[in-house]
Amino acid sequence: MKHIPIIPVPIEETELALFEERRKIYPRSQTGWFSSWRWVLVFFTQALFYGTAWLNWNDRQAVLFDLVARKFYIFGLVLWPQDFIYLAVLLVISALSLFLFTAIAGRLFCGYACPQTVYTEIFLWIEHKIEGERNARMKLDASPMTARKFSLKFIKHFIWIVLALWTGFTFVGYFTPIRELAIEVGNFTLGPWETFWFLFYGFATYGNAGWMREQVCKYMCPYARFQSAMFDKDTLIVTYDTARGDPRGSRNKKIDHKSQGMGDCVDCGICVQVCPTGIDIRQGLQYECIACGACIDGCDQVMDKMGYERGLIRYTTEHALTRKLDDKAMWKRVFRLRTLIYGSLLGLIILLAAVSLAMHTPLKVDVIKDRGMPKITEAGAIENVYRLQVMNTQESARHYSVAVEGAAGAMIVNSANIEVGSATTKAFPVRVRVPANVLASGSNRIRFVVKDIDAPEVTVTEKAVFTVPR
Amino acid sequence: MADFFNEWWSTGIAIVTALSMLACVLLLWSQSKVKVKVGSDGKPLPAETTGHVWDGDLMEQNNPLPKWWMWLFYLTVIYSAGYLVVYPGFGKWQGTFGWSQKGAYEKEMKDGEAQYGPIFNKFLAMDIKAVAKDPQAHEIGQRLFLNTCAQCHGSDAQGGKGYPNLTDTDWLYGGDPQTILTTIREGRHGQMPPMGAALGTDDDVRNVANYVLSLSSSAHDPIKAALGKSKFAACAACHGGDGKGNQALGAPNLTDKVWLYGGGIENVMETINKGRNNQMPAHKAILTEGKIHLLAAYVWSLSNSSATAQVSDADVSAIKQIAASAAEAAPGK
Repeated sequence: MKHIPIIPVPIEETELALFEERRKIYPRSQTGWFSSWRWVLVFFTQALFYGTAWLNWNDRQAVLFDLVARKFYIFGLVLWPQDFIYLAVLLVISALSLFLFTAIAGRLFCGYACPQTVYTEIFLWIEHKIEGERNARMKLDASPMTARKFSLKFIKHFIWIVLALWTGFTFVGYFTPIRELAIEVGNFTLGPWETFWFLFYGFATYGNAGWMREQVCKYMCPYARFQSAMFDKDTLIVTYDTARGDPRGSRNKKIDHKSQGMGDCVDCGICVQVCPTGIDIRQGLQYECIACGACIDGCDQVMDKMGYERGLIRYTTEHALTRKLDDKAMWKRVFRLRTLIYGSLLGLIILLAAVSLAMHTPLKVDVIKDRGMPKITEAGAIENVYRLQVMNTQESARHYSVAVEGAAGAMIVNSANIEVGSATTKAFPVRVRVPANVLASGSNRIRFVVKDIDAPEVTVTEKAVFTVPR
Repeated sequence: MADFFNEWWSTGIAIVTALSMLACVLLLWSQSKVKVKVGSDGKPLPAETTGHVWDGDLMEQNNPLPKWWMWLFYLTVIYSAGYLVVYPGFGKWQGTFGWSQKGAYEKEMKDGEAQYGPIFNKFLAMDIKAVAKDPQAHEIGQRLFLNTCAQCHGSDAQGGKGYPNLTDTDWLYGGDPQTILTTIREGRHGQMPPMGAALGTDDDVRNVANYVLSLSSSAHDPIKAALGKSKFAACAACHGGDGKGNQALGAPNLTDKVWLYGGGIENVMETINKGRNNQMPAHKAILTEGKIHLLAAYVWSLSNSSATAQVSDADVSAIKQIAASAAEAAPGK
């Protein structure tokens, strides 16, 4: 956006600390359209996070990442290490979604869905309830320690810590069954690692949402940095309409300010007071802006009071401002090559992942051929030995039949029916006998077909090589 | 740190380590102030730009880092000093935790022993035949077998050329649990010396080979077998006069149709001419006693239960029919 360089005349030099003392930010609470949306997302994401861990499915926790057994349970789906590709796909989908949203409307994720924002919002709400509004909080912090101040601070931090510990507890509850975890916490019998992650994640929540807040976004977060690189001139960003607002100044509501040569901005400072990163949006887009829209809500309310049109600060694009586009033309430009590519890639990958998951067979087979020479029987038939690594990913014991295809008269010498317990892996030695003169000497392609006897649609065909001695 | 040829190396490295840490602190301290221009109002001017501009208005500014960030840098130096106190890394200093790679390995092994030891000890106290009936022991035994024994004896334990089949009832050294245990623990070394010269000419060898094949009613030339019978005395020392073998020596039984190196006249003649030298490695240094015990039980169960289904005669005749029809259909035969 437009940068207004302020260049006073330098007269001398001075020494200054290279490192900046942190200015504490006291965001004023704000209601309105965008703030409501943020709260909707706070409730949605946190209901998901705190709630999902308590759901049960098939006599187990519905969502459980069992790192020790290397099995990820997600409702009816059980993912094994062999399904690691789905994690990669999930990350690709997340990344492309981020690219798409950012290209369309800037740092949407930062403003509405990022855990840092969401928890800061919750912690700020608690702070606001206990210590009061912005001015009261500033006064309280500036005042010397009194019994009242101490008790307010104590209550605030106590509630913060309880909430943070609950968050840490819930987090660990996705890796250790949460009901067992609750009992362990109650009896003080937590394991060392569980204790560590429980406290670590609790402390991280308390530290990040209670103390660090905007510092995380400004100095630590990599997403904040590279999202800015995805903006173009058609990206919707929170913008102060300089042409309409300047020159600023306070005025009486009744006068015709335009005839006095004044802009619409009344210089009330609300947009600065509500900003969680403490910037003045009127200086143009800055890297600290997390696109939360609090200043839009604040300014719109002031404009309503003044009887001016809303949208002095609004979501708009650079092109809309410079080319004087109306809303329809601006929204049309959302469908540009960049977003279409992101969108179609995202759609394609989601579709492929969904198809792949729908066709996900709860049975995996690896064939490992025994080394060593094939055996020749009395009758001249040739025998090869294989090891079938059969993985039953269903949560019930299954019976499978094993058949061999690709060679006339090929048969399995030992038992062709096998049983694998619930969600386990078992190795079965399989001896395949092929009559003489059926296959050419050297390597021949054969196939093993492993079929669930009670559910024939669960079938896996695995390639193998049958060697015939020369 | 005893790997250096000179005592001074570790001291030198320790000095370099200490100096590096000190240099980090000095660098941080010396860089914590910056000269900025002050405006006419006496206040410092806003951050300057580095002069890099993109897209006409995107500027890189020289904004200061937050102060806590600098303290984090100092914290890393303090952390490294603490690390060098408790862990080895500072010259020859071993660290107050007494941590070492070897110690970490030994602790892992001890933890593993504490976790799995009871399982093995439970079976170790049981008789092998009783262990063989235990389903859990069977599963452990199979996994051990697939990891340790299957390379030679095959995944289904039916062996191959030169590697005995463990699922049949024909044993070179005996198939009782204790003998199997000894075989696994101590290994075996089966030797048959080359007998070609002792038997005489090539014809003599052929005759003896035919006689050997006649013992198991395999395909042979009866006339040559009759000629070879007298020469078999040279073989009887180990294989016995009746050719039934000798388990004390590991001499195979020649009267059954089980051939370690393949039946048929050519194979038998090769065995007589060149001798055989076969070795099963001793596993006492490789596996713990508990694992050997479980393996012995597993191997014993292979030939002493109906679990390993053998191919029935009906199957064999079916295969023969398929083979015959395939042979007729095969082109160019």
